[in-house]
Amino acid sequence: MNGVHDMGGMQGFGPVHAEKDEPVFHARWEGRLAAMRRALIATGKFPAALRPAIESIPPADYLRMSYYEKWLAAFVELLASSGLVTREEIASGKARRGSVKSVPALKVSEAGSFPLRIPAEMLHTAVTPRFRIGQSVRARNINPAGHTRLPRYARGRTGVIDKDHGVQALPDTNVYGKAENPQHVYGVRFAARELWGEQASPQDSVHIDLWEDYLEPA
Amino acid sequence: MSTTRRGFLATTGAAAAGDAAHGQDMGHGHDHQVVPSDPALRVKALESLLVEKGLVDRAALDALVDTYEHKVGPRNGARVVARAWKDPAYKQRLLENGTSAIAELGYSGEQGADIRVVENTPKVHNLIVCTLCSCYPWPVLGLPPVWYKSAAYRSRAVIDPRSVLREFGTEIADDAEVRVWDSTAAERYLVLPERPAGTENLKEEELAALVTRDSMIGVAKAGPLGGKA
Repeated sequence: MNGVHDMGGMQGFGPVHAEKDEPVFHARWEGRLAAMRRALIATGKFPAALRPAIESIPPADYLRMSYYEKWLAAFVELLASSGLVTREEIASGKARRGSVKSVPALKVSEAGSFPLRIPAEMLHTAVTPRFRIGQSVRARNINPAGHTRLPRYARGRTGVIDKDHGVQALPDTNVYGKAENPQHVYGVRFAARELWGEQASPQDSVHIDLWEDYLEPA
Repeated sequence: MSTTRRGFLATTGAAAAGDAAHGQDMGHGHDHQVVPSDPALRVKALESLLVEKGLVDRAALDALVDTYEHKVGPRNGARVVARAWKDPAYKQRLLENGTSAIAELGYSGEQGADIRVVENTPKVHNLIVCTLCSCYPWPVLGLPPVWYKSAAYRSRAVIDPRSVLREFGTEIADDAEVRVWDSTAAERYLVLPERPAGTENLKEEELAALVTRDSMIGVAKAGPLGGKA
């Protein structure tokens, strides 16, 4: 989606403010929320992809809300749509009378060991790569209305394949449970001047990891 | 998509409207830590509900928060960098396969299934960003700071990296390449900063103390003087 989240190359947001001695969480609820999300993913019934929901937040709200406020909004939506709880239960804060009590999927012992979660898009499917390292490619000019990982600033621009990262599911379809569309993902090097014109330094470059469907031979 | 704009406005309206500029301006003092705000109450209610329904275990949540706050963080990454500075064979493994070399030191886990380490040299300065969201190598750096997720950083790092670096006190020579890595897929990036001059006799632990989080994101250089050296 050409949403406000796709902000690479936008201007006007001012300087970067780094906070000194920043805590991991600025309020207790942020940590509880992050932990709840992780624990629910372990049930296998809660979608791991929070981003499509975050990207659907209206632009003005997206910019106004803090990072974890956006997480909270997306979390509540996914919670309701997952069927794990009902909207009525969320509104009342109480389990529906007679509802079945589950057994938590994530145990204390596992939670403390920072368990690895293989991203949904990483696959081990054998697929023949369409491009090779060193090949010139152009990022396609596509404007999907849903989730995509092809940033706007790269579309229509030409770069060179720098690395083959192996096979990953295409997020554009996979996050909606539609199809994995397994395909190679490539590290593509774009000269800064190809992206931004003469104002960029002639030496500089931007590397973007792009799925095969985002690319065409140049 | 099942989520609607109306739904979002309904679920987030109070939280969003009550705290304008929160999240963009880091100088506001975080009033919400003192006064329980709407999100705090909402999250508390959600936790009670999920516990009541047997979907989450409170002790497991405690353990996760403890892990996020205390077990992962840039000290892990600093140990990896110090080892690479000290041991050329390790450095080679780290640059060839970051994930497995990092796992040798016991670090792995969420947001670290595929970590690629990129090396700074006098001619190449690497900088990590996630323009679309907040991708970050958790096992070695912990959870990302607010500025890394901010609109200012995400928008500018790709179009004007040198001015961002300058704000962090890092000046890159005109004839050196600034190489920006936009993390859009499963790969997570870690910068191997340049080893500061005059550190030949330092032990590995002493070297690790010179490695800051910012130097592993690439906004600063490693060393006692940081990017201002």
